[in-house]
Amino acid sequence: MLNSLWSALPGAVAQGLIWGLMAVGVYITFKILDVADLTVDGSICTGAAVCTVLIIDGKPVAVALIAAVLAGILAGILTGIFHTALGIPAILSGILTQLILWSVNLKILGKANQSVSARAYDVIVSQMQIPKACIVLMIVSIVLIAFLYWFFGTELGCSIRATGCNLNMSRAQGINVNFTKIFGLALSNGIVALSGALLCQYQGFTDINMGRGAIVIGLAAVIIGDAIISHFSSNFVARLSGVILGGIVYYIVYQIVIVLGLDTDLLKMFSALVVALFLGLPYLKSKYSKVKPKKGEKENA
Amino acid sequence: MLELVNVTKTFNPGTVNEKVALNNLSLRLNDGDFVTVIGGNGAGKSTLLNAICGTWKLDCGSVVIDGKDVTALPDYKRAKFLGRVFQDPMMGTAPDMEIQENLALAKRRGRRRGLKWGITSAEKEEYRKMLEQLDLGLEKRLTSKVGLLSGGQRQAITLLMASMQQPKIFLLDEHTAALDPKTAAKVLEITEKIVSENHLTTLMITHNMKDAIRHGNRLIMMHEGRIVIDVKGEEKKALTVEKLLEMFTKVSGSEFSNDRAILS
Repeated sequence: MLNSLWSALPGAVAQGLIWGLMAVGVYITFKILDVADLTVDGSICTGAAVCTVLIIDGKPVAVALIAAVLAGILAGILTGIFHTALGIPAILSGILTQLILWSVNLKILGKANQSVSARAYDVIVSQMQIPKACIVLMIVSIVLIAFLYWFFGTELGCSIRATGCNLNMSRAQGINVNFTKIFGLALSNGIVALSGALLCQYQGFTDINMGRGAIVIGLAAVIIGDAIISHFSSNFVARLSGVILGGIVYYIVYQIVIVLGLDTDLLKMFSALVVALFLGLPYLKSKYSKVKPKKGEKENA
Repeated sequence: MLELVNVTKTFNPGTVNEKVALNNLSLRLNDGDFVTVIGGNGAGKSTLLNAICGTWKLDCGSVVIDGKDVTALPDYKRAKFLGRVFQDPMMGTAPDMEIQENLALAKRRGRRRGLKWGITSAEKEEYRKMLEQLDLGLEKRLTSKVGLLSGGQRQAITLLMASMQQPKIFLLDEHTAALDPKTAAKVLEITEKIVSENHLTTLMITHNMKDAIRHGNRLIMMHEGRIVIDVKGEEKKALTVEKLLEMFTKVSGSEFSNDRAILS
């Protein structure tokens, strides 16, 4: 049993890296912009679909990846417009875009499932070459974290962080919060689409349902990463690295559970329950924790 | 410097909750005026500031700042001309960002925010000096998250932020109301210093009649969305709380309805 776990480990790391990238996108909306964006369930598949179609069409992988990111950005902008220009609550805006993308993705792919095998096409990550995939994904992660570190240090990046922190203050300081929200959603979904484009290459196909529940996996990675890293550092680079690490931990646990023989049909349910528990913890803590008097204080009171 | 002409705002029009918050109000502030605003609960004091800031569209009337009609501008575009401090110390700052990052955000008010660094090293030195002036020990905590600070410290930082970039109008919305008396006095002292050093045209709402009388060169009292008392210069210097209450009863035909203001 240990052997089968050991042999599944590199694959889990590679998949964890891909979903960790996706979780970085979720981190931008969920933690920085303070918006729960459900667009990601659709935009991850959009990224995969665009990438798959272009690779099959014979375009270079780089072109396919860039196109996938652009498609994700457009999806984010659409959600942002629903939210800001039409005043629809953020969660509902995401759900609407998600549904729109389901149709769009089918049209892009032409069918519900399209293979893009590493045997037939020149892809940069594949589960047939897991060590290489891990290295490529590491490089992508490092470049992405470096980019985001730079970006959120710029004036524009700071104004997006301020928007997520305090809307009133942002407006009073002359920040167009509708613009920063749309920008943040676009950036987030661009990254999510990139991870989708890498995922379709890695697994060798795009499926119309591949994004279902992506938000939950992303949130799980964000929460796990936060739990691990917050003990060591509150630095932005460390936090983003933590999110990717969270993705890897998630997939290693996933593998362990599979090796232990748990019914895989139940995995999504357990993922969601674990995320619900962690999201609920701060509330439960504040509700039930009593301020315990320190030793010696009672006598003085 | 600031001109409000026949400004009217009604909330929930046509419903049982209809409330005329500003009723055909006109007000003109000269350059360098420091006006204190006082009034009972629901008199329209905060609504007046929101009208200047552009929080929502006016029913009618216009707002002119420094000769420029800003009535049609959204709030974030008007922010260029305005510095605002809120009543709630939590509202004026970004808690998850560093002190220096908050100041840097304010420094860029009214400018395009592009891909240059959000804060430069020259600025950090500038901010350190500004914080030194506050005398709260914050100059050593430039990289602390604002969320870790006390209400008074946060209000002091918000004051610095609001006064940066020489705003045309400085708006203070009961900014000491949520603080303990000692901290409130300190924050008021800082306010006075900032206003006089930068020669700011100021509109300060306060719940404290004594403060309203002690500070500024002009006092207005609001009632039911109108300005009912407007006292300037020598007349204001001679004002007392008793006189003010007497004047209020005369013009409004009712007792002043803000216990907090009388008792404090």
